[in-house]
Amino acid sequence: MNRKSRLHLPRAPARPGDVPDFSYVQLSPAGAVARPDVNARARDIVSLSLDLVRVLDDSGGAVGPWHPHLDPADLQVGLRHMLLTRLFDDRMQRNQRAGKISFYIRSLGEEAVSVAQCMALRPGDMLFPSYRNQGLQIARGIPLVDLMSQCLSNTRDMCKGRQLPVMYHSKSGNIFSISGNLATQFPQAVGWAMAAAIKGEDHLAASWIGEGSSAEADFHHALLFASVYQAPVILNVVNNQWAISTFQGYAGGEQRSFAARGPGYGIAGIRVDGNDFLAVYAVTQWAAERARTGAGPTLIELVTYRAAAHSTSDDPARYRAKNDQEHWPLGDPILRLKQHLISLGEWSEARHQAMAAELEALVQASWKEAVSFGTMTEGPRLDADLMFEDVFKDMPEHLQKQRASMRAERSRSGGK
Amino acid sequence: MAGMNMIQALNSAMDIMLMKDPSVVIMGEDVGYFGGVFRATEGLQRKYGEHRVIDTPIAEGGIVGTAIGMSVNGLRPVAEIQFADYIYPGFDQIVSELARIRYRSAGEFYAPVTIRTPCGGGIRGGQTHSQSPEGIFTHVSGLKVVMPSNPYDAKGLLITCIEDDDPVIFFEPKRLYNGPFDGDPGKPAVPWSSHPKGQVDEGYYTVPLAKADIVRAGADVTIITYGTMVYVAAAAAAALNLDAEIIDLRSLVPLDVDTICSSVRKTGRCVVAHEATRFSGFGAEILSIVQEECFWDLEAPIQRVAGWDTPYPHAFEWEYFPGQARVATALRAVMESA
Repeated sequence: MNRKSRLHLPRAPARPGDVPDFSYVQLSPAGAVARPDVNARARDIVSLSLDLVRVLDDSGGAVGPWHPHLDPADLQVGLRHMLLTRLFDDRMQRNQRAGKISFYIRSLGEEAVSVAQCMALRPGDMLFPSYRNQGLQIARGIPLVDLMSQCLSNTRDMCKGRQLPVMYHSKSGNIFSISGNLATQFPQAVGWAMAAAIKGEDHLAASWIGEGSSAEADFHHALLFASVYQAPVILNVVNNQWAISTFQGYAGGEQRSFAARGPGYGIAGIRVDGNDFLAVYAVTQWAAERARTGAGPTLIELVTYRAAAHSTSDDPARYRAKNDQEHWPLGDPILRLKQHLISLGEWSEARHQAMAAELEALVQASWKEAVSFGTMTEGPRLDADLMFEDVFKDMPEHLQKQRASMRAERSRSGGK
Repeated sequence: MAGMNMIQALNSAMDIMLMKDPSVVIMGEDVGYFGGVFRATEGLQRKYGEHRVIDTPIAEGGIVGTAIGMSVNGLRPVAEIQFADYIYPGFDQIVSELARIRYRSAGEFYAPVTIRTPCGGGIRGGQTHSQSPEGIFTHVSGLKVVMPSNPYDAKGLLITCIEDDDPVIFFEPKRLYNGPFDGDPGKPAVPWSSHPKGQVDEGYYTVPLAKADIVRAGADVTIITYGTMVYVAAAAAAALNLDAEIIDLRSLVPLDVDTICSSVRKTGRCVVAHEATRFSGFGAEILSIVQEECFWDLEAPIQRVAGWDTPYPHAFEWEYFPGQARVATALRAVMESA
């Protein structure tokens, strides 16, 4: 046979008109993956980066060595945060469609990632999120009114009108400012963690990016620096299979798991069912303990599915198979935790409906309050002078002059 | 006071700040054990330990990215980028992140990072060790940009920048590390020990930003410059027997517009000189400001001296470098006109 060099072009297994096909996703049975000691060396646990840690089985039971044995009350809190995240997303999506906000990004199907991970960390741990981690904000108790006000760029907006919707931050909640430029937060989280170690503090840093943006140099800088300095950091790749229309194969996912980038850098890598609340919690807790006990950084790949569009500016019907999320082999994170709680006798359909109604009312009331601080079309409005503040700590002369020019321009045009 | 070259003055600034403020850390390629390829951090790791003076991987994007994270966690990193020519892998972290963290978080987070980087030519460094990219950074909102021209200013400005709560790109004209250079490569090197600005206070002191230095007062023409060109311009003016007022900007952002304009109003003639390439260079901003503020005081069109708009060529360094002849041409043009 005449063998020749060739160019391989990754191809999504299903496009519009095709039957959804997730046979490429490597699965392990629930409970099948061993749980190594938290101080295990990265080189001795490479298989963790190729297997898939799962705790919840198909009947709602929790099995295996990764079962975190959480108190049912904590599971109910987790369920509540996830459901609130989803209802908040639904409402904001509708608000965008109604022209109330300019843009929105849902985390539909990925709620367990942010909520379970946040709950497995301590309040003093610093979070460096991407734009699809609203569950972190909710689990850290940031009021919905504050999140909504940011999306409205209104007078209560924490960003003072300077950021696109969903680019939140919270100094008091230890959540760093979301950039919108992909992957930049990854090395920043490592630097934060290095500083914690330099100062001898017990806190760790955690950061999130998508599998698509793991292609950026920042991802590799983060892994390298985390490895070199054994920084107390948890680096999370949320593999939701899609970067807008780009299938994860184009980020290198066909040849090797994203978690396996970790062992390549000498970092523990672990692949987990991202829609399994218990597995995500357990894996994060394990990684956090490693970081806190000097065993270094961990790269976690959370295998999940972006069940919605990339953003309100995107239409996945143009590049994905129809209803593909219904075929996703790892199901829905909220339904799975709900089923587990019911199987424990700690939850019921009726209680679930009641909680949904209560949270829906909370979302409704929060929106009503948020719009009282202004919308894109109705006052009150932020003072345009704010544009010139915080470029520097103290406003230099050239910005003072430009602010005066803008004021003059506005007064000539009657403040319009 | 002690005689110091610019490297020793920078080393002294970092030494003092490491001593004074436990949140200050030094980081960069070769800065720790070895003390830096230009020796600017020599002895600091031995004195303050590996946790304060940190060797890093060769990854400028990683250096800037982690420095940002450290600064958000209460440290005050002084990051060295070994040559300004190597700063581009860190460009996104500088432009999209470092410069805007205070703004986008409405002041809740800020990143007091100082990036030191040797710049400029005249050292036979070719196109990868000779660039003057300051204009790329002065164009970015949220960055302060500084370039000292002598040991005394270098130390005082670096201390100011480390203590500043805003990010600073601190350019060090490496041809000036060991002595003032008037643009004539044929002359024997002049050490800083023979120059008054080579006498440096050994203790803590600061030189403010947004304050240009009038290196030489004069009545005939104002030369606005910074870095290596301060000495080239002075030599060119002296050779023409011109009573030139020479302004060393020192701080490009924020800029001392008052000193520039008072001088041009007095002399009525203006030459702007920098080593960096001409097209869209920082000099164009100075020209524009002078034109806007001092138009009716000008006796002649403003002249601009800069590097040619080519990459920095290894074999043609002295044809490329804006030496005394090019400055003299501009001075003659501005003096002869009108």
